[in-house]
Amino acid sequence: MTATQGTATERTGAGSTTEWETVVGLEVHCELATATKLFCGCRNAFGDEPNTNVCPVCLGLPGSLPVLNRQAVELAMRLGEALGCTVRPSLFHRKNYFYPDMPKDYQISQYDQPINVDGFLELPDGSRVGIERAHLEEDTGKSTHVGGGGRIHEADHSLVDYNRSGVPLVEIVSRPDVRSGEQARAYVNELRAVLLATGASDARMEEGSMRVDANVSVRPAGSATLGTRCEVKNLNSTRSLGRAIEYEARRQIDLLTAGERVVQQTRHWDEADGRTHVLRSKEEAFDYRYFPEPDLVPLVPDDAWRESVRQSLPVLPAERRRRLATATGAVPGEVAVVVERGLDELVLAALDAGGEAQRLLVHAEHDLAGEPADALDPAALAALTRMEVAGQLTATQAKAVLAELVASGGDPAEIARAKGFEAMGDDALAAAVDEIIAANPDAWGRYQGGDAKVTGFFVGQVMKATRGRADGKAVTRLLRERAGA
Amino acid sequence: MGERPNLAATEIAAAVRAGERRAADVVDEHLAVIRERDGEIHAFLTLMDEHARSAAEGIDRRVAAGEDPGPLAGVPVALKDNLCTRGVPTTCSSRILEHWRPPYDATVVSRLVAAGAVPIGKTNLDEFAMGSSTENSAFGPTRNPHDTGRVPGGSSGGSAAAVAAGFAPLGLGSDTGGSIRQPAGLCGVVGVKPTYGMVSRYGLVAFASSLDQIGPLAPTVADAAALLEVIAGHDPLDSTSIPGPAPALRASLDQGVDGLRVGVITELLGEGIAPDVRARVEAAADALAAAGAKVEEASVPAVGFGLSAYYLIAPAEASSNLARYDGVRYGLRVEAPTTGAMNVATRTAGFGPEVKRRIMMGSFVLSSGYYDAYYGKAQKVRTLIIRDFAAAYETFDLLVCPTTPTTAFPLGAKVSDPLAMYLSDVCTIPSNLSGDPAISVPFGRGDDGLPVGVQVLAPALGEAPMFRAAAVLEHAMAGAAGEGPSR
Ligand SMILES: [Zn+2]
Repeated sequence: MTATQGTATERTGAGSTTEWETVVGLEVHCELATATKLFCGCRNAFGDEPNTNVCPVCLGLPGSLPVLNRQAVELAMRLGEALGCTVRPSLFHRKNYFYPDMPKDYQISQYDQPINVDGFLELPDGSRVGIERAHLEEDTGKSTHVGGGGRIHEADHSLVDYNRSGVPLVEIVSRPDVRSGEQARAYVNELRAVLLATGASDARMEEGSMRVDANVSVRPAGSATLGTRCEVKNLNSTRSLGRAIEYEARRQIDLLTAGERVVQQTRHWDEADGRTHVLRSKEEAFDYRYFPEPDLVPLVPDDAWRESVRQSLPVLPAERRRRLATATGAVPGEVAVVVERGLDELVLAALDAGGEAQRLLVHAEHDLAGEPADALDPAALAALTRMEVAGQLTATQAKAVLAELVASGGDPAEIARAKGFEAMGDDALAAAVDEIIAANPDAWGRYQGGDAKVTGFFVGQVMKATRGRADGKAVTRLLRERAGA
Repeated sequence: MGERPNLAATEIAAAVRAGERRAADVVDEHLAVIRERDGEIHAFLTLMDEHARSAAEGIDRRVAAGEDPGPLAGVPVALKDNLCTRGVPTTCSSRILEHWRPPYDATVVSRLVAAGAVPIGKTNLDEFAMGSSTENSAFGPTRNPHDTGRVPGGSSGGSAAAVAAGFAPLGLGSDTGGSIRQPAGLCGVVGVKPTYGMVSRYGLVAFASSLDQIGPLAPTVADAAALLEVIAGHDPLDSTSIPGPAPALRASLDQGVDGLRVGVITELLGEGIAPDVRARVEAAADALAAAGAKVEEASVPAVGFGLSAYYLIAPAEASSNLARYDGVRYGLRVEAPTTGAMNVATRTAGFGPEVKRRIMMGSFVLSSGYYDAYYGKAQKVRTLIIRDFAAAYETFDLLVCPTTPTTAFPLGAKVSDPLAMYLSDVCTIPSNLSGDPAISVPFGRGDDGLPVGVQVLAPALGEAPMFRAAAVLEHAMAGAAGEGPSR
C-alpha cells in the first residue's frame, strides 16, 4: 500500500491545505457451496421454485432444532486456512431481531468466538489487507415487495421465499486497511479468486451469493486515529463498490472541510444517482441481544481434521503469481491477469518446454483471453515463441499462428509455412525497403531531415508491400541505416 | 373385557402382546374414563380418539399376524401439548398457536408409536410451559384429581392429572424448572427429569433450550422406567442429544440401595419447606437407610441461588425462542397496516400475561449494557451450582430432597403473586441448572391428606441407581400402606 493512494488534498477556509486519507474496511458475505443448508438437509440451490427447499428447521417451526452441516464447517475452514487465519474452536450465538424473512426472528451466527481469526489477503500489487475474522452464519429468506416500486414502505404486499433461509454463509471482515475504491475492488476480486480456488463459494455478486458492505471513513493523512465511519450497503458489483467508496469518501471530506461532522450511519448506495443515502443512524441500530445458541454445542475441529484441510488446499492465487513471476522474471503484479485467467499452468509448462518467457506472458495476457488453456499444447506454444524470438515470425504473424493452434492444434512451423509466413530473408526485406524509399522521395526527404513522424508511414508501406511478413523493428533499423545515421 | 383400565402400563403391554387384551379395548376403556371425568379435571386440550382407535386397531392386527408391536403395545399415552404431533393441534396452551397443526412428529412421539404406544390426547399446560399450576393456560386450568379445588401443579399439570386420574397409564411432560416433578409430586405420581440430552428435544416447542428436558409421568417407578427406555437414546436431529443408546433401567430396578451413599440436602429442608413435607423427606431418608443405604446430611450451598439464576436464564432463552410467533408464517395473525404493527398486535393478543412478563424480563437481561450484570452473572451462578453438585457427588451416590415446599395449593392462591408461584419450584430448579437427572416419587401424604413427593437426585447419567432408590421408596410406601402405590 502506498501512502498517496486514496488521498485527496483540500483547501480549507484558512488557506492551509489538508490531505485526506480514505480508510475502508470491508464485510463480505459469501454463500458456501454446500450441497445442503447450514442446519438442515434442504438443498442449497439458487433459482429453484420459491419455498420448495424448505423444512421445519429452516422455516423455524416450533420444536425444530438446528444440526450443524459438516461440509459447511469444512469449507469455512478451507477459506480460513487459505486466508492465513488461525482456525480455532468456536461458538454459535443468536442474533435477535424481528424480520419477516428470518423465520426464527433470530439469526444463528458466530459472535465473539468465530472459527477463523487474524488472517490476511495479499493483493496483486503486493499490498496486504488484514482479515479480522471469517465466521459462519445462516442466511435469511428473501423478500420481494410487490407494488409501490418494490420498496417495502410503499408495497402493496410482500412475498417471502425461504429457499435461501438457512443457506450457509461466511462473513469475512477485513481490517480497515483498504485505502481506495480501486483497492477495495482489487480486494474483492482477490477474495473471489480465493473463494473459487478453495471451492468455498461460487462468489457471484450478481446472484447475491457474494455481498459486500463497506465501512468508509476519512482522516487527515498521517493521523493514527480513525474517523467516524459510515457503513455503505447495496453494493451489487465491484464497479458499484469502487464508485460508492469514492463518492462516500468525497462526501465525508466535503463535510469535514465545511467544518461539519460525519455522523455514524448506515447508508444505501443508489447506483442510478451515484450517491449514498442514509438508511439508519447509530441511534436506530438494533440491540441484537446476542447470547450463546443453546441448541448447538461448541464447534471444536480436531487437529487431524484441520491438517487434512490444510493438505487438500490448492495453490492459491498469490502463490501462483509469485511462482509465475519467479519463473518468467516478471514482478507478481505483472502476471496477475495471467493467473486470474488461469493460464499460469500453461505458461509454466511452455517454459519447461523451452518457451520464451516474455512472448509467453504477452500471448497469455493479450491473445488467449477466454481461450481454454487445456486446448493448447505447451510444446507447440513454446515452439511458436522460439520462432518469434528467432525473427522467423513477426508479432502479427505469430498471433495468426496462435489462433490456428488454439482452433485446431498442430505444428507452428507447418502452420506458418501453410500461411506463407516463412521468414523474409534480410536481402528481400532490404529490397522492399529500398523500393518504398524510391517510390516516396518527398517523404524520404522529410525522414532524412529528422522528421521522425514519417517513420510510421514507411513501416506501414513496407508491411503493405510484404503483406505483413516484414518485421517492424527490422524495417526501422534499415531505414536508419539508409538515412546514414 | 371387564378389566379396570388403570392397570400398570407394562401389564397392559404384556397382555396386548400376548393377545389377551385388545389394544382397541384398552383405548376405549380409557376414553370412557376420560369422558366420565375430564369435564371436571380438564386434563386434555385435544382428544386424539380417532387417531388412537385406528392406531390401536393397527396394533391388534399386528398381534393377530404374529408380529410384536413393541414394549408399550397398546398403552395409551397422554402427551403434553407442547410436543409436536403431525396433523394434530399443538397449542402450548396459547392463543398464538391455537389452530396450529405441526407437519411433523416430535422424536419422542415417533419413538412411542414405534414402541406400540398409543397417543390418546394432548394435555393442558401453563402457556409455553411457563408456570407451576397449569392456571396460565389460555384454555382454562386443570384441576388436581385428589382435590378439584386444588391445582395439579405445572406446567405439565395436564399430563400429571391425566395419569393420576387414570385417563392414561403413561404421560409425557417437559421439565424446565420442575415442570414434570412438581406436578408429579402434587398429583401423587412418579415424574422424571432425565439427564439433559438423554431424551431428544426435537419437536418439543422450546421454552428455555438449555434447561428443557422431556420425561415420563407414570403411576409406578417401573412404568416410568419403561417409558424412559423407549424415549431415551441418541437422536441426530438434536445436537445436544447424548451419544449412545437408552439406558437399561428395568433390568436393575430391584437391586436396591444397599451400600449406596445417600445425602439429604440440608439447604432444601429449612425455611420455606412445610413441616409435613419435611417429615416425609426424613421418612424417605429412613426408608433408604433401612434398605441398606448410608444416609447422611449433604450440603450443596449454591442451590440457594438456583431460583434467581433460573429466572434470568430461562426468560432470556424464552424471549428468543418465542420471537418466532410473529404472525408471519403460522399461528395467530392480527392484521395491521405494517409488518411491524402486525407483529406487535399479534403478540399482544396472542400471549398471556405470564409469557409477556418473561419475554420482557428476558429481553431486558440480554440487553447491551445489562448482559454481564444479569445473564452473565446467572451463568456464573449456574457454573457454581454445577460445581457444588459435583462436589457433593464425590461423597454421595444420590441426593434426596423435597419435590415441592408444600402440598397442592388451592386454585387462584398464587395467581396474583408471581414470586410466591416461582418459589414452588425452589427444590426442582437446581437439577435443571446442573443438567443432572431427578425423579419425584410419591411418598405418603401431608397433614391435609394430599400427596407429598420426594425427590431423588443423581449425577449425570446416574438414572439407574436413581430409579433403584425410587423403587425402594415406592416399595417402602406399599409396605407401610399395605396396598399398591397411591394414585
Ligand atoms: Zn430445511
